[in-house]
Amino acid sequence: MAALSSPLRVCRGILKELRAIQGPDYKRSLAYNYIMEQFRKNKVTGERYCRAQHESNHDSHTYLCLLASTRTHMALHELYHSKGEHSTKSAAAMVGLRLPTQPGGKGWEK
Amino acid sequence: MAPARLAGHGSRLIAVRAMVSVGVYGEGGRGPGGPPTFETPSIPPQFSLPGAKLPEKYVDFEQQNARFPLADRVHLACKPLADWRGLRKALWGISFCSSLLWCYGGLYEINLDRRKLKTPGGKLFTVPNEALAIAVATEWDAQRDTLKFYTMHLSTLCNTALDNPTQRNKDQMITAALKFLETDTVCYRVDEPNALVELQKNEWDPVLHWMEKRYDVTIGSSSSILGPEIPNATKDTFRQHLTSYNFWSLTGLEYVITQLKSVVLSMGMIDRHLTVEQAVLLSRLEEEYQIGFWGNVEWAHDYDMYELRARTAAGALFVHLASESSTVKRKLMQD
Repeated sequence: MAALSSPLRVCRGILKELRAIQGPDYKRSLAYNYIMEQFRKNKVTGERYCRAQHESNHDSHTYLCLLASTRTHMALHELYHSKGEHSTKSAAAMVGLRLPTQPGGKGWEK
Repeated sequence: MAPARLAGHGSRLIAVRAMVSVGVYGEGGRGPGGPPTFETPSIPPQFSLPGAKLPEKYVDFEQQNARFPLADRVHLACKPLADWRGLRKALWGISFCSSLLWCYGGLYEINLDRRKLKTPGGKLFTVPNEALAIAVATEWDAQRDTLKFYTMHLSTLCNTALDNPTQRNKDQMITAALKFLETDTVCYRVDEPNALVELQKNEWDPVLHWMEKRYDVTIGSSSSILGPEIPNATKDTFRQHLTSYNFWSLTGLEYVITQLKSVVLSMGMIDRHLTVEQAVLLSRLEEEYQIGFWGNVEWAHDYDMYELRARTAAGALFVHLASESSTVKRKLMQD
C-alpha cells in the first residue's frame, strides 16, 4: 500500500495534538518526553530497510490517528449532538412569537 | 524538587502535584533498584488559612508554582477535592494531574492527583508497558469539565483486559475471531452496481492476495449469500498464529475485528501492511461509494468515520504495545 509520510510530519502532528490536550505547558508532560525520546532513539540506523524503524513509524501514525480522530469526533459531537432540543419558549422566539400567559395561572397549575 | 519523570506535568493543580508522593506498590520502603522515592512534607493545618505564610522548607514549591498566589494555593491544597472549584463542575470533574507510578513488579499504575486509578471491577489499574500507561494518562488529561468515557478508548480496553467481565479465556477469543472470518467484509462481494463491483475488486483484492501470500492460505471471495467457503487448513493456520499473542493483545485484536467487521483488514493493519485510515476506508468501502454518489452528511458519515478511526487506532495501538518488548543493543565502536 502507499508509503507512510515522513516521521517529521507525524511528530509535529502528535505534538500539535498534545498541545491541544495539555495546554501551553505541554512540554512538561510525560507524553511529550516519551514521544521525543522515542523519535530521537529511533532516528539513526545503519540498515537500508530497517524493520523496526518501519514499525515505529507505523505506530506513530497510529497514535497520531488516535489523537486526531478522538479530538475531531468530540468536536463533531459537541457541534451536532450535544445540545438537545429547543425549549418551547426558544422555539417560539425563533419565529418571533411569545408563549401565551394567563394571569392567575391555569386552573390545574400551582 | 519534583521528580521530573514520575510526578506528572502541567500546572493545573500545582500544589497538589507537589504533594504527590511516589511510593512503591505493596512495599513500605524503597525496594532495591526501584525508582527514587521523594518525601513531600504535608502542610500542617495552621497554614491552611488564606494569607498565611509558608515556612522556608516549602519555598522551592513556591518557585515552581509562581503563577498561583501562595495563600490560595495553600488553601486549595487542604480542602477536600470534592468542593474545590465548586460543584458546578460535574461528577468529580475537576482538572486533575495524572501521573505514573512505577511499582516494584515492573507494572505501571496511574495516579490521578493523589488517588490511584482503579478499574470498574475494583482492581488496581496496572499496565505492563510504560508507553501504554503514558497514553492512558494522556487520555485522562484530555478530559475537561466532564469525564467522557466514550472517548477514552485505551482506558476502556485496559479495563476490559484487566477485569475480563465476561470471563473469557484465550481459546474462546480465538474461536470467536475465526468465526468472524466466515463472514468477513472483504470476502463478501456484490453483483451490481458495476462501479461498486469494480471498486471492491480493485481495493479489496490486493489486500486479500497479500493476506493469502503472507499466511500461505486460501481465502476466496464470493458474491453468494452464504459467503466464501474457508478450508480448515486456513483456520488452523490462523489459529496457530493467534495463539502466539498474549491475552491482552487478543483482547485488543478482538476489539479491532469487531470494529472493522473484518479479520483480513485487522490482520493487515496489525501486521503493519495498512495504516488505520486505509483500513477504515476499506472497511467502509460501500459507504464511501454511496457518499460519493449521494453526498456526504457530516453529522452522520464523518461522525461515524472519526469514531471508527479512533476506536481502530486505539485497538491497534493496544495490540502493538501489549505484544512488544523493546531492548536497546548498542553497537560497539571498532577501533
